[in-house]
Amino acid sequence: MRCVLRAEWTKLRTSPGTCALLVGVVAGTVAVSAAAAGFSDPLPGADLPRLSLTGVQLGQAIVAVLAVLAIGDEYASGMTAVTFTAMPRRSRVLAAKALVVAMVVAVVATAAVAASVVVGRLLLPTYTLAARPAIGSVLYLVLIALLSLGIATGVRSPAAGIGVVLALLYALPIVNAAVADPAWQRRLLRIEPASAGLAVQATSGDVAIGPWKGLGVLALWAAGALLAAAVLLERRDA
Amino acid sequence: MSAFVDTLRAEWTKFRTIRGWVIGTVAIVGVIVAFGLMPGMQGSCGKNGPGSECSLPVGPGGEEVTDTFTFLHQALTGDGEVIARVAGMTGIATGEDPDKPNHTVEPWAKAGLIIRAATDQGSSYAAVMVTGGHGVRMQYDYTHDVAGSPDGVTAAVPRWLRLTRAGDTVTAAESVDGDRWTTVGTARLRGLPPTVEVGLFATSPQHSEELHTGLMSGAMGGPTQVTGTFDHLAARDGWTGAAWHPDVIGHADGPANGAPGAEGPPAPASGVEQVGDAMRLTGSGDIAPAVSGSGGLGVSITQTLVGTFVGLILAVVVGTVFVTAEYRRGLVRTTFAASPGRLRVLAAKATVVGGVMFVTGLAAAAATVVFGQRVLRGNGVYVHSAPAGTEVRVVVGTAVLLAVAAILGLGLGALLRRGVTAVTTAVLVIVLPYLLAMTVLTGDAARWLLRVSPAAAFALQQASPEYPQVANLYTPADGYFPLAPWAGFAVLTAWAAVALAAAAVTQRRRDA
Repeated sequence: MRCVLRAEWTKLRTSPGTCALLVGVVAGTVAVSAAAAGFSDPLPGADLPRLSLTGVQLGQAIVAVLAVLAIGDEYASGMTAVTFTAMPRRSRVLAAKALVVAMVVAVVATAAVAASVVVGRLLLPTYTLAARPAIGSVLYLVLIALLSLGIATGVRSPAAGIGVVLALLYALPIVNAAVADPAWQRRLLRIEPASAGLAVQATSGDVAIGPWKGLGVLALWAAGALLAAAVLLERRDA
Repeated sequence: MSAFVDTLRAEWTKFRTIRGWVIGTVAIVGVIVAFGLMPGMQGSCGKNGPGSECSLPVGPGGEEVTDTFTFLHQALTGDGEVIARVAGMTGIATGEDPDKPNHTVEPWAKAGLIIRAATDQGSSYAAVMVTGGHGVRMQYDYTHDVAGSPDGVTAAVPRWLRLTRAGDTVTAAESVDGDRWTTVGTARLRGLPPTVEVGLFATSPQHSEELHTGLMSGAMGGPTQVTGTFDHLAARDGWTGAAWHPDVIGHADGPANGAPGAEGPPAPASGVEQVGDAMRLTGSGDIAPAVSGSGGLGVSITQTLVGTFVGLILAVVVGTVFVTAEYRRGLVRTTFAASPGRLRVLAAKATVVGGVMFVTGLAAAAATVVFGQRVLRGNGVYVHSAPAGTEVRVVVGTAVLLAVAAILGLGLGALLRRGVTAVTTAVLVIVLPYLLAMTVLTGDAARWLLRVSPAAAFALQQASPEYPQVANLYTPADGYFPLAPWAGFAVLTAWAAVALAAAAVTQRRRDA
């Protein structure tokens, strides 16, 4: 397993886009968070910790790209043939990839979230620090990466993979907001990966699902995607 | 020209023989129709036996209207004029303690004079009024609104109003002292009968404000009430006043609550009270075009097309992959060897993917708008009927939206050559601004985003017009967009054109 981990770490580290993407996660998250904190005019009682973490909405897309490319690029370039020749235990390769991607994302997400919180404190005078939204956002980004990795492994094409992931992350919440029936809206908010997962950021107001429960829903999504990916990986031709 | 036709045929053959792309295209129809027909909304219209059907009065222009107000009136024949002085306006929101009201008059609460063809809801009318926050207005036949002086009315500064009828023309005037009159506006009401209902009215629309909690955005509010105090009411110049009858128009059969969440506490008591020489009219409702959304009843046909976002992402992915897959597989070298005119190849690809998405979107949107309305109505939700022209624009608009978004994806794909990067960029510029505008950002920041990002093209799906004189939350979630339909589409087209032009330049310069 250590060899597999090292191989995956080397691949990720030496891919041409990785570095730019990691910088992008931090820069994008902080930029959008700062813009949201600086330009919007929060009403009294607004959820400021959440507002200061708005950038996660953009950061998650870049995290998803990173995770999709981790497996998608191998399919695109035919590298999978080499990988699976060297390491025939395919699930183990997937596990190693998941571990490496999760750790890398955890590091950059911590940096991005910490910077967003600092910027939020500087821009919003009445801001009070809250640990749960910040820690939860880091975990959220890690889980999004795992979900993306699982989906991309399942569809075997980077472009289609990212399409599915982004539809889950962005299109579903919009469809949701347009559903005018409040009961259905709440039901959907509780099961959709992005809205349930982001409940961890909320510190006030009426939320459809509890913060850690919501993150748990996202964890189920990620676990389900990885499991399905592992099964498909073992059964299908690479 | 035949070279272009050959290239077009080659690209069409590529498109239709790749299983994933065909599946993706069929899936677009699937998601749009599925979300449109999903039984996600429930209403109470027609669900509680006969008599519970929702219907809205129809105004003289054929549009659905709200027509609920307190009316102190008499029938008068021929030409003449009516004057009154508005001495004060106070308002309360439902749920407030009537003994300790906050004195918040709704900005579009109205108190003034009105001449109507009849007391029936939806009758032709002309009115001059003082509003809570928009000064003196003349309004007629529901959709017309003319601004007078911008000041409201207080006990210290009352305001005189006058309506004059001459044939089918009604002229509105205002005055600060009852001597020097300023004309606010003139209305020609076709077919106004010789005998009309003339008098005082007061009404106050539903209060609604935006709510952002967690990822849920919504609205809260409720009915409000205004009390207008009038004195010096007189009919003259040919009209000889008899007795004035108090009436409450539109509340007799109860407010039609079809939209989910519209049920609230019953509207406070409306009516007319005489205090010395003064008349106090308390009213709730509106005399205005009916709007969908939080301030009104029901939804518009835009609601049926909520699945467009998911379909859009699929369209963008197919458009992008249509070019990036060639780079990935090296097929692009064969393509350019066969047809060396690279711009021609790009143009052919754009035509094929645009055409396919147009037809796909047209089929999906037409089916959804037609059947989705039936499903919603069957669920007891009131759906505002839109003129045929608007329905066609919404359906064709959805089709061109998908087509041009796919071309934008194609341009980004040719420019960036990597599927992942191109798809992500396309989704981020189209969908993320919209999501942020709906969930986190409020007010101007949200509207600004929906003006400059490609998501502006969703304005093509707006089915009901936005009336500045009707209090409502005109949010994208309710189907209202900041730009006019074709202006919004122009924004998306500009993005696609820039992406295609940049792709054309780089294709000629770079090695394949």
